[in-house]
Amino acid sequence: MANELLNVQDLETVFNTPDGVIHAVNGVDFYLKEGETLGVVGESGCGKSVTMLSCLRLVAMPPGKIINGIANFKGKDMLSMSEEDIRHVRGGQIAMIFQDPMTSLNPVMTIGRQMEEPLLLHMGMNKEQARKRSIELLEQVGIPRAGDRLKDYPHQYSGGMRQRVMIAMALSCNPQILIADEPTTALDVTIQAQIVELVIKLREQLGMAIIWITHDLGVIASIAQRVMVMYGGFVIEEAPIKKLYSDPTHPYTVGLLGSLPSTQKGARHRLYSIEGMPPVLYQRPQSCPFAPRCRWVQPICREQLPLLENVDTKHTVRCWVDIKTGKVRA
Amino acid sequence: MTVSSEVLVKVEDLKMYFPIYSGIFQRKVGDVKAVDGVSLDIYEGETLGLVGESGCGKTTTGRTIIQLYKPTAGHVWFQGKDLATLKSEEMRQVRRNVQMIFQDPYASLNPRMTLREIIGEPILAFGAATGREIDDRVADLLKLVKLSPDFVGRYPHEFSGGQRQRIGIARSLAMNPQFIVCDEPISALDVSIQAQVINLFEDLQQQLGLTYLFVAHDLSMVRHISNRVAVMYLGIIAELADRDEIYGNPLHPYTKALLSSIPIPDPIYYETRKRIVLEGDVPSPANPPSGCRFRTRCPIGDAHCAEERPEMREVTAGHFVACFKA
Repeated sequence: MANELLNVQDLETVFNTPDGVIHAVNGVDFYLKEGETLGVVGESGCGKSVTMLSCLRLVAMPPGKIINGIANFKGKDMLSMSEEDIRHVRGGQIAMIFQDPMTSLNPVMTIGRQMEEPLLLHMGMNKEQARKRSIELLEQVGIPRAGDRLKDYPHQYSGGMRQRVMIAMALSCNPQILIADEPTTALDVTIQAQIVELVIKLREQLGMAIIWITHDLGVIASIAQRVMVMYGGFVIEEAPIKKLYSDPTHPYTVGLLGSLPSTQKGARHRLYSIEGMPPVLYQRPQSCPFAPRCRWVQPICREQLPLLENVDTKHTVRCWVDIKTGKVRA
Repeated sequence: MTVSSEVLVKVEDLKMYFPIYSGIFQRKVGDVKAVDGVSLDIYEGETLGLVGESGCGKTTTGRTIIQLYKPTAGHVWFQGKDLATLKSEEMRQVRRNVQMIFQDPYASLNPRMTLREIIGEPILAFGAATGREIDDRVADLLKLVKLSPDFVGRYPHEFSGGQRQRIGIARSLAMNPQFIVCDEPISALDVSIQAQVINLFEDLQQQLGLTYLFVAHDLSMVRHISNRVAVMYLGIIAELADRDEIYGNPLHPYTKALLSSIPIPDPIYYETRKRIVLEGDVPSPANPPSGCRFRTRCPIGDAHCAEERPEMREVTAGHFVACFKA
């Protein structure tokens, strides 16, 4: 496709730990188009962050190791390009923000110096230009009195403000893709709403593509156009946002959506709960990783790994069973 | 579940200040007013949700109610007894009936103790049973929270977050309490595990007739589990009402903003959304604004709000709000 920015195929990442090899990502395929927002949903340990870190080669190696796959960014494979080239991509074209803005900022450097650093390094600006651009960026993300606040240190900013600074830094080199890894998880709901609104506004202004990683199905509903759900290191379902919420097809997605409390008035219903807990992957799964917790499970689920298959145009699912009939899909 | 009209816990003008010391002589220079005049009633058999943003004093309120902190001022009555006047042995006896479940299931269990020791400790401390009886009771408690009684010899690290939270719940139930303060009991858990634990809380309430003070910042879970909900802001209660009333007809501008920032898991909702996004952050509780605490971020505040502190008033039956404009 012409406007595909990112195309990842068969990505596999493992970690060597003292307890054995953990298979965190087990063959993930996805793509990202220009200007679109892709939501990545899953619980802790499902491989959603590792997938994105692997694409940018930000996984610590060792203990991590990318054992398979390609990650094409505008036709060039990031997994095989030179260190010099990947640094160029990371610095300028794909930017990433993380969950905890405090640990991502250097506590002994002023916000100003941290803002100016990438501008001096990647954009070839001089000191004066970098300062001006920093103020511009901070104003863009809604930091009042930006000129004065450049002299402040990270601890003088609140959590929401720090995340705004992180976003400003990520935007400083005009990235084409912004990867946001649980950027609002550590924040209060009112601050979370501010950040989500800000990112939506910036997306309209700057037209960048966004990958938004989260475990919160509410946040993703407000920002993404397309969602992929991950479990056990696999993509298990992928669909346009409305389709996924109105017609979830994988038992895990059904369970996740069902486990959310109702937002409607009236008598409370019992929450749907998925029994058991997410797997720890000491082996690459040879059968469906969700089978032990699934209420639609069939014998084949415990024997063979299902493939990610289309159930509709643009709606793919990795499951043997058609949950509407309860039988194995023909 | 039946909520009685009996007040189990009555809180009146509760204040909890933490002193700030500064300088080389460590002189007291001020107070963090974490809880600054909270009054509420908790009825037998109900779940009262207590919500608010971080730093609003909801956890401190929970802890002060069960006297884990000695309140700076105010009273807490439990079953008609004023806890502040009790002698330490009397207070110890009250503690059988008043328990707490903590947020972090990793930090709240001693890693060097087996489940038998963790869950059996309250029983031992109160001398309620000995030897084999303790083992039987521990096994019963594990079954009650849907864990296998075979786990008694294991250590906390062998369990997942959701299982550990169940262990914490079993420990809190050991002395058959009537009132449990649940301090963010699900926020450290994964989404699919949260529903399991919430269902367990509901089952236990049904079986044992428990009363919960459910402290949380997840507004949709609070809506699900609570009978009534209190919204806190900077040490005070801004609004308190029945669950459907407060979510359906919020009166305080803070409640309105808070509720409208709940992420709704429905993409269609966002096509027509009208979200009230609050400006700025919560002010410091060491130096709260004069008059109404919320006025610095309030879209409808005026000069009057800066001068006088709005008292809680009952707008309609059971619906309390602390705002001049509401």
